[in-house]
Amino acid sequence: KCVKCKENTTVLIIRAGDAFCRGCFKEYFIHKFRAMLGKNRVIFPGEKVLLAVSGGPASSSMLSQVQEGLSRDAPKKLRFVPGIIYIDEGGASGQSMEERKRAVAQLESVFRATNYHYHIVHLEQVLSLPSSVLEAGSSATGKPPTGSSYKAAVDHLIPTRKNQNQHPDLSVENAQSHLSNLSMQEVQNGVTSPITPEHTQALKRLFASVRTPTAKEDLLHTLRQHLILHTARTQGYTKVMMGDSCSRLAIKLLSNISLGRGASLATDTGFSDPRHGDVVIVRPMRDYSSKEIAYYNRMFDIPSVFIPGLDSKAQDKASIQRLTESFVTKLQTDFPSTVSTIYRTSEKLHTACPPQNTNTQLSAKCLLCVCALDTKLEEFSAYQATLISEQLSQRRGQGHSSGGGQSQGCETGDGGCCSSAKSTVDLKSLLCYSCRLTIKDMTALDALPQYILSEAERRRSQMREEISEFLLDEEEDEAIPRVNGS
Amino acid sequence: MVSLLSLYLGGGAELLFGSVKEHHVTLPNQSEPWDMKQLLVWIRGNMLKERPELFVQGDTVRPGILVLINDADWELMGELEYELQDKDNVVFISTLHGG
Repeated sequence: KCVKCKENTTVLIIRAGDAFCRGCFKEYFIHKFRAMLGKNRVIFPGEKVLLAVSGGPASSSMLSQVQEGLSRDAPKKLRFVPGIIYIDEGGASGQSMEERKRAVAQLESVFRATNYHYHIVHLEQVLSLPSSVLEAGSSATGKPPTGSSYKAAVDHLIPTRKNQNQHPDLSVENAQSHLSNLSMQEVQNGVTSPITPEHTQALKRLFASVRTPTAKEDLLHTLRQHLILHTARTQGYTKVMMGDSCSRLAIKLLSNISLGRGASLATDTGFSDPRHGDVVIVRPMRDYSSKEIAYYNRMFDIPSVFIPGLDSKAQDKASIQRLTESFVTKLQTDFPSTVSTIYRTSEKLHTACPPQNTNTQLSAKCLLCVCALDTKLEEFSAYQATLISEQLSQRRGQGHSSGGGQSQGCETGDGGCCSSAKSTVDLKSLLCYSCRLTIKDMTALDALPQYILSEAERRRSQMREEISEFLLDEEEDEAIPRVNGS
Repeated sequence: MVSLLSLYLGGGAELLFGSVKEHHVTLPNQSEPWDMKQLLVWIRGNMLKERPELFVQGDTVRPGILVLINDADWELMGELEYELQDKDNVVFISTLHGG
């Protein structure tokens, strides 16, 4: 009856009608993870990889697959150095300190059982991030790693007669045992500064100033990414593994289109996300449907902790993300190939290789989501159409707050503009289309964490400097352009 | 025929049941055997603490909630038509983001 071994009784139907027995399902599940990593050869042996675990089923499953893959004795076992990060978002979702401590304690016991180094980060720590987090770092290797260099790196580690003396294995194992020793001694390494109630208040104020649940979720996602990126950079991780499942990514694809993120679909839902340059985000669980993950976790006792978030028990129509999830899930029950069709479509999207010198293009990246800015005003672009209709639909007489973000008008510091409108306008020019929509939903921009505001200020003044060189002085007959004192 | 069932809730579904994951229930006697459809009605009436629309939709469970009967997919057992036996184990796991 099982489609694979044809003899055992089936226990699960996945996809559009394949029934598996328990044993075959387990093999299939484990194999998919290794195949996903093997097909996309981006994780090199010996690399430090940060696993982003939210406690939910997909990321817990990912953690167990990593353990499984690293533990094999076969020469083809996975070889990288894992670390775990968990972000406690209870401050934003309104949990009490008690509940948060309990959740963290539960997860810590899971992490300790893995013997990997782990980091517990509180969302409040986002308030004290440095603004360097928003800069794209240069990638470790000059050009994207090719297949041949990957193969060479892996071959190096397979013990052969010749390689025995070099023992490159040992360096990986030494690193792993060294790290596990560290985790035994300084288990609380990840918990840096204790969070104060003021921090939690500031965080609550930030989220309270966002009007719509859609924007809240988007902002939360952005801040989460920044925290993970910062931890990865400071702790020396070059890769981050996120636990997005196939179903989750299908929903993300559709809701991102609705959010205005169409330009960055490939990076947001693809296997590897190179937008930050030095740290690459990979999504090894993207081939697993939620059903497979839930079933595997139940059958093979993978511990996962459900932590209620911002959107728990939200209504279907509360936010774009919720609505899309409900749409896709409902469609999936009647048409079981919905999610896989969306997934196949997303596989066809590829990230374009970044231009040779990414460093010069700093100002062309969005301030919040670090994607390429897609808001150049070209003639006849859809974006220009939205701007025009926005201007037309605003009442006359609101001259200050309408229009695009060229800051030249305001740079002389006239007191006429009201400051919040000015800063909204100025911030907008640094953001991509969908981040602009998120910011538009915020009532108090000064509630944003300091690193965002100071990086925005820095970029604005950088833009001003770049532009000011080309500004001619008032006197027409002065042929030499002078630098405008600003 | 008295049916003693053990129910397990996961993935956030327990939030609707007072955050209790494991339940042991005894279904009231009736002449015809209980099937899943009737069980859902019974759960909705007797066990759900809040927001029934997040668990049950119409006749069946809300899309996104995985149902396992004795550790097997309920699709293999006939879904709503499956007749419950004594000491069955039914698991509801929510795979949705919002629990």
